[in-house]
Amino acid sequence: MNSPIVLQPDETFILNVGPQHPATHGVLRVKMEMNGEYIVNAETVIGYIHRMHEKMGELKTYPQFLMNLSRMDYLGALGYSHGHVLLIEKASGIVVPERAEYIRAIMVELNRIASHLFWFGAFVMDLGGFSPLMYALQDREHILDMLEAVTGSRLTYCYFRFGGLYNDVDDDFISAARRFIPRMRKSLAKYHKLVTGNIIFRKRLEGIAPLSKEMCRKYGASSAVARGSGINFDVRKNEPYSVYPEFDFDVPVYHEGDSLARYMVRMAEIEQSLRIVEQGLDKLPGGPIMPEKKPKIIKPPAGDYYQAVETARGSFGVRLVSDGGKNPYRLKLRSPTYSNMHLFDEACRGMMIMDALAFMGSLDLVIPEIDR
Amino acid sequence: MICEKLKSTLQSLFPAIEPVPTPAPPPEDEQGAKTKTPTPPRENGLMERDYSIHGYHLDAQVSTAQLVEAVTILDDAEFFLESITGVDWIADNQLEVVYDFCRYDFDLCRVVIRTRVDRKAPVVPTITGVYAGANWHERETHDFFGIKFSGHPHLIPLLLPEDADFHPLLKDFKA
Repeated sequence: MNSPIVLQPDETFILNVGPQHPATHGVLRVKMEMNGEYIVNAETVIGYIHRMHEKMGELKTYPQFLMNLSRMDYLGALGYSHGHVLLIEKASGIVVPERAEYIRAIMVELNRIASHLFWFGAFVMDLGGFSPLMYALQDREHILDMLEAVTGSRLTYCYFRFGGLYNDVDDDFISAARRFIPRMRKSLAKYHKLVTGNIIFRKRLEGIAPLSKEMCRKYGASSAVARGSGINFDVRKNEPYSVYPEFDFDVPVYHEGDSLARYMVRMAEIEQSLRIVEQGLDKLPGGPIMPEKKPKIIKPPAGDYYQAVETARGSFGVRLVSDGGKNPYRLKLRSPTYSNMHLFDEACRGMMIMDALAFMGSLDLVIPEIDR
Repeated sequence: MICEKLKSTLQSLFPAIEPVPTPAPPPEDEQGAKTKTPTPPRENGLMERDYSIHGYHLDAQVSTAQLVEAVTILDDAEFFLESITGVDWIADNQLEVVYDFCRYDFDLCRVVIRTRVDRKAPVVPTITGVYAGANWHERETHDFFGIKFSGHPHLIPLLLPEDADFHPLLKDFKA
């Protein structure tokens, strides 16, 4: 009757994590072959919310496609729009007024802080701490309010235009941004006091999921995933675009390669983004936000073009193959999390499942951006 | 520096052809009709591109047999794989696979490796043996264009449904 179940020592079982599960940061499924609590093998399954943005890119004209970019990543949308407009401007030779470039940089950096704040809250919640999420969302609200007043939306911005911007910033925005900077610096100190030194937090992350430089390179990782492994790579510095050469900021690099290093990189990045916003507000020149001369219909000359930008999640690239028409012949969107997530399968082997979930959180996943 | 060194290494793949200094500007008329007149497909070879316009430095078109060798050269020069994608040149009856490479360095060098295959039998060797991270990129390219990567360990749909047998980015795809 009650015969005991004899477990073989090498007996493994399959565990499905996701697709809809609080641990997975979105609609993502990981098939894990488990030996007890240890992962023997893992296979990431994506594509649940694939929307074929690249096909839409071919079917729509260039201005019509503008709003698609912000639907890719709902946390750091402006960085993606920035890459797209820079590419088309480069290809069709549109000169952007300086004021517009400065405002773009300020907006993208604010958006980056908002994205990192949300990541911070969600990541700490993965590890079992709830209140940091509430604090982070409170700070993030300030940014979203500022961006909403200027761009008209809170998440899916369609703010950049070919050659400039949809709307100029006003004094209210500038004073709000100036008030925000010291406030955020204070909050950041609070987060470090509340979270970074916490012994439980550190034990869960220190030495866990080390990624080597070589592995990052083979998978094409970027953002904090690469910078946490000692790779000094930031598109804003390595391949300067827009007005970033005008700003004085550092690229935080940590050499441990563990989950804690990735956390520390992003926290330091918030600080650097604040510096950029501050300098941008100081240097903000006057003048128009749209160029005087701009082609009525955007038609880049035939050829291949590539533009990379540093978004909140890493190196985002747009590759355009133009045939000289009103629509792109082919538009490829290289999303950074796609490469960052790809290394999860190999990196999580032999790890305990709770460590792997913390590791997944440290990758800063946004699934619509992987699936496009 | 890196670009110069790489240029000479990649040039060794094409012993017969002289290096092309700058490509002829593509034919274009300003506001006129679309220039869809088919220009003959490009010959295999190495080209230097104007970075300030095109966003990359070197552009090498290789045959499928040379592909893994060319990618290994880039791997030895410590490049990382940015993306893999396809382009459907339906007028030439060809499919193109494009590989983007960059380096984690301040000595900037962006390299594009491309290869063209017949549209009827699109088979390209996999580069997962060189770059493990090419796995998903190749699966995605297979999804969208139906290009087969011979030797790929797990060539099943990635972004499309698991039973998908259509290739949406082909120019003759009708939904």
